[in-house]
Amino acid sequence: MKEELFASGRNIPNIDPYLNIWHWQIPGYLFLGGLAAGILFFASFFTIMGKQHKMEATVRKAPMIVPFALVIGLFMLFLDLKHKLYFWQLYTTVRYQSPMSWGAWVLMAITPLSILWAASYVRELFPRWDWKYDILKTFEKWIIANRILLAWPLAILSVILGIYTGILLSAFNARPLWNTSILGPLFLVSGMSTGAAVIMLMSKDHKERKIIGRIDILLIIVELFFIIHLLMGFLAGSEAQINAANLFLGGRFTAPFFAFVVILGLIFPAVLETLELRGFKVPIIVPAVLILLGGLIFRFLMVEAGQITRYLY
Amino acid sequence: MRYAMAIDTRKCVGCSDCVVACQTENNVPLGFCRDWVVEVVDGTYPNVSIELRSERCNHCANSPCVRCCPTGASHFEDGGIVLVEHDKCIGCGACIQACPYDARYSHPDGYVDKCTFCIHRVREGKNPACVSVCPTKCMSFGDLDDPNSKIVNVLKNRKFKSLAPEAGTKPQIFYLI
Repeated sequence: MKEELFASGRNIPNIDPYLNIWHWQIPGYLFLGGLAAGILFFASFFTIMGKQHKMEATVRKAPMIVPFALVIGLFMLFLDLKHKLYFWQLYTTVRYQSPMSWGAWVLMAITPLSILWAASYVRELFPRWDWKYDILKTFEKWIIANRILLAWPLAILSVILGIYTGILLSAFNARPLWNTSILGPLFLVSGMSTGAAVIMLMSKDHKERKIIGRIDILLIIVELFFIIHLLMGFLAGSEAQINAANLFLGGRFTAPFFAFVVILGLIFPAVLETLELRGFKVPIIVPAVLILLGGLIFRFLMVEAGQITRYLY
Repeated sequence: MRYAMAIDTRKCVGCSDCVVACQTENNVPLGFCRDWVVEVVDGTYPNVSIELRSERCNHCANSPCVRCCPTGASHFEDGGIVLVEHDKCIGCGACIQACPYDARYSHPDGYVDKCTFCIHRVREGKNPACVSVCPTKCMSFGDLDDPNSKIVNVLKNRKFKSLAPEAGTKPQIFYLI
């Protein structure tokens, strides 16, 4: 039996008895970032493919909420900072080894681009909208004529943003649950799936919903595969990693993880979507909301559980 | 120049003088500490062994905290001492997540704080506060690149370990065992 205790006494807030320095802001931001990345990817992808007229909600409606999601997400990140007035220091340097620096710069690029994208469709969705100033009207015309120029960087940046939400965590080797490169692709796929859910919620076109529904089922299958892969990888790893996996395989996070993320957040909505494709009447709000809640809970569990895992010495 | 510390776990009595000295020297706010003493009890009576370790930032040569810092606030000073520049720190907590030793904490003023190896004393040619007050003289601090330093001598003659070397951080605090 090995027992470790602080002979000098140590009870630092948010660090002892176990680390809890990141609270709701981080999973909230990871969720909004992934969702925004998903919507932007679909919008720019279908535009590049020349399908923008068939995908009303994907290209026009859903991207309207992206700037809000990104700005709220950024604000959550700001709330998480403990030395808030110095936040601008993020933008005085590029630290290529720091995922957080990458993320800050990617957000700096993708947020204005997403605002331009949404603004270029405002008058189509709200015909009575008036930009008031001539310079804005000319600028709008120019963007509408050159949307494809906007779509390419958005497609690339959205994938980077989606992967980054996972890399942000996976770069911390001190937290064995996070320290796996599968987290990047897993968060990307999960983010795209939540983006697809938002599009399905906003779409009134049956054909469009069918296309996005098919893509979403595929994303969910890939996500389930990644989750199995993640846990198997840990079980084949060091003791610290085995302990990390055991938090979800019998440990304190098992019930919420399997009930809310795997079953209600992934398998059940995938079954509902399949039934809908087969012609059964399924209110789309049910699978879509389940996917969104599953994605949110997944991020909360990963951030919370990851902080508990640590090296043993 | 490579500053490091060697701590004799067989001489340490766990008095926590090092902790108090650090708190006084560095004005560490109440309820926080930059160093602490761990007692590891192994086995069951009557086959028990105890190891006492005074722990702090390991001033790792491959520091994950310096790597992940988005602003460059966490950086290396001369001799490999890892420091946080308060006016550059945004308090994002990335370095706290990155440290396998939980050696960093969020200072009530917002920035992240931790052991500095008492760099202000070291630059004056003195030992860090914790080393200078230790009643059993179980700690030695010095330059690993200086063949005549006490620490090189100690490490030459004793078996030692570092904490979680598998984390790949190349810690620079050595525990004599």
